[in-house]
Amino acid sequence: MGNVLVVLEQAQGQLRSASLPAISFGKKMAEAAGGKLMLAVIGSGVAKVAEEAAKFGAAEVLVVDDAKLQNYLAESYAPIVVHLTKEAQATVVGATATSVGKDLLPRVAALLDCAMVSDVTGVDGANKFRRPMMAGNVITHIETSTPTVVVTVRQTEFPPAAAGGAASTVKKVDAGNVDNCRAEFVSVASQKSERPDLTEAKVIVSGGRGMREGKNFEPLAALADLMGGAMGASRAACDAGMVPNDLQVGQTGKVVAPDLYFAVAISGAIQHLAGMKSSKVIVAINKDAEAPIFQVADYGLVTTWEKAIPELTAEVQKLKGK
Amino acid sequence: MKILVTAKRVPDPEQKVKFKGNTLDQSGVNWQLNQFDEYAVESALRLTENASSGNARNGEVIVVSLGPKDVQQQLRSTLAMGADRAILVDASDENLDSEIVARTVQKLVEQERPDLVLLGKLAADSEANDVGQRLAGYLGWPQATFACSIEVTDGGKALLVGREVDAGVETKKVTLPAVVTVDLRIVAPQAVKNGVTAATHAYADGPRYASLKGIMAAKKKTIADSSLAALGVAATVRAKVASVDAPPARKAGVKVASVEELVQKLHNEAKVI
Ligand SMILES: Cc1cc2nc3c(=O)[nH]c(=O)nc-3n(C[C@H](O)[C@H](O)[C@H](O)COP(=O)(O)OP(=O)(O)OC[C@H]3O[C@@H](n4cnc5c(N)ncnc54)[C@H](O)[C@@H]3O)c2cc1C
Ligand SMILES: Nc1ncnc2c1ncn2[C@@H]1O[C@H](COP(=O)(O)O)[C@@H](O)[C@H]1O
Repeated sequence: MGNVLVVLEQAQGQLRSASLPAISFGKKMAEAAGGKLMLAVIGSGVAKVAEEAAKFGAAEVLVVDDAKLQNYLAESYAPIVVHLTKEAQATVVGATATSVGKDLLPRVAALLDCAMVSDVTGVDGANKFRRPMMAGNVITHIETSTPTVVVTVRQTEFPPAAAGGAASTVKKVDAGNVDNCRAEFVSVASQKSERPDLTEAKVIVSGGRGMREGKNFEPLAALADLMGGAMGASRAACDAGMVPNDLQVGQTGKVVAPDLYFAVAISGAIQHLAGMKSSKVIVAINKDAEAPIFQVADYGLVTTWEKAIPELTAEVQKLKGK
Repeated sequence: MKILVTAKRVPDPEQKVKFKGNTLDQSGVNWQLNQFDEYAVESALRLTENASSGNARNGEVIVVSLGPKDVQQQLRSTLAMGADRAILVDASDENLDSEIVARTVQKLVEQERPDLVLLGKLAADSEANDVGQRLAGYLGWPQATFACSIEVTDGGKALLVGREVDAGVETKKVTLPAVVTVDLRIVAPQAVKNGVTAATHAYADGPRYASLKGIMAAKKKTIADSSLAALGVAATVRAKVASVDAPPARKAGVKVASVEELVQKLHNEAKVI
């Protein structure tokens, strides 16, 4: 069997922590496939990122550093990943199923003309993978039969890799002819937040349609901050413009699995559950005792948020001695 | 603009999943059009009509599905919404994977030569989220995935696409022909701007309902039959579903009577705060 190539992401010259679970996957796969772990860093001015990546015990870090790769584009990055796959003699190509991973790797699979398994939650062998289906209500066992396989992994199902082991060799690889294939990055609009990333937070406080308006999320945010947590929301709350769309948790939003998840004024539609059902402890606060969210909640409190949130904040403050 | 839209039938997501040994029991399943594909059809219609002038058609929308004969029903509903014609490629879900679907659509693209292929970002059953990207790779076309807005630009030669990414919304420009996969908010009132319909026009939120007139008209529209063999697509599944099972169930929770009890339990029992 061949080697395993994990494609890392960077943002503002830093290794994205979202990529760390993919490194863990890569280690596991390299064992299963009997090959070496190789890491890929692609971008412009990414020497620091490569240095960072060299700390995880991989055999090699392959770096493609080119001014033409300043902004991520599936069109220009996919052929480079293909080139690196050959360079690394990899038979498994993996990345975390972030918005970049999901955009890029299927295109890589097309160019490599091989099987792909997306959003993998478990590995059972060199060509055997587990992944969820139907809003998390079915676990599918997939077997691939191409010499090379491309995989994206669910961030919450693999532990973030820790630095350690011998430093990896860092090898520069030429970008070759960078072709944007008629695509152009224009801009990105994102709202800066001091809070931890939704996908990495230990505590998440999510609000739903029952919060009624954006300003009512302020006490939820204060509660999240008190616990060092992140804010989340249901689709209904995002669609109504109460909070930005990137806070959406669910099948089509972010998949999260914190130690503690608060669902406040969220009914518990299957598409929402698909994104938070793997949380360790779920608390539901809803005025409707029949709301489906109570079926997955470890602790349910039937009351309005207007009553519960101030009390909860006071109790947590007491506990934290603040 | 000529647009090819893909459409898959999926089990009603609200219906409880049933198992038969290590396969899914699909008896009694209510099939419906994948929601994201319904959104893709709506987007295609918004791109090819003048909504400021009685929805006058300004292009062609062809809907494609791979599935059994029964999918005619879902295809007919897209024709009733306003799509012009449909193609049904005979196949059964067990004998498909993303690669075969993408290869098939590629063949149809080569036959039909559309300016744009619109797909849902994911199918609610498989949730693979990869057919569109794979197709773009095969075609060597630019791709804009997870679209929450589309604006026709450069005199109809390119699209500015708003994409829902982890950090927020990215704007990407793709020159046609291109592949676009649509996200939920593409059916917001002003998400699609085609340069013909007045820029101030606001649609009703969500995909349109078929009108009675639309349903009547759909009866006369064609659904052409095709097959993998006729299109020359190798039907070898290379990512095979070996078995399926139910995820571990969460253990039953409790209702607490007060916030005080909740916090006490989170602290002493669950030990998470
Ligand atoms: C293709 C598709 C994909 C989707 N993807 C997602 C997704 O990724 N994420 C997602 O979240 N949804 C998703 N949805 C939408 C999903 O089906 C639900 O519509 C949505 O999750 C409902 O949001 P909600 O629970 O906030 O609103 P509602 O269902 O309206 O529930 C509001 C709840 O608030 C409670 N409430 C009201 N007032 C109060 C109060 N004062 N105090 C306490 N409780 C109160 C009510 O009892 C009710 O249970 C998707 C839908 C489709 C079709
Ligand atoms: N059998 C099929 N027939 C038509 N379109 C399909 C089929 N399977 C997938 N697609 C399209 O590909 C999109 C993404 O599906 P997936 O990659 O399987 O999540 C769907 O929203 C459909 O538009």
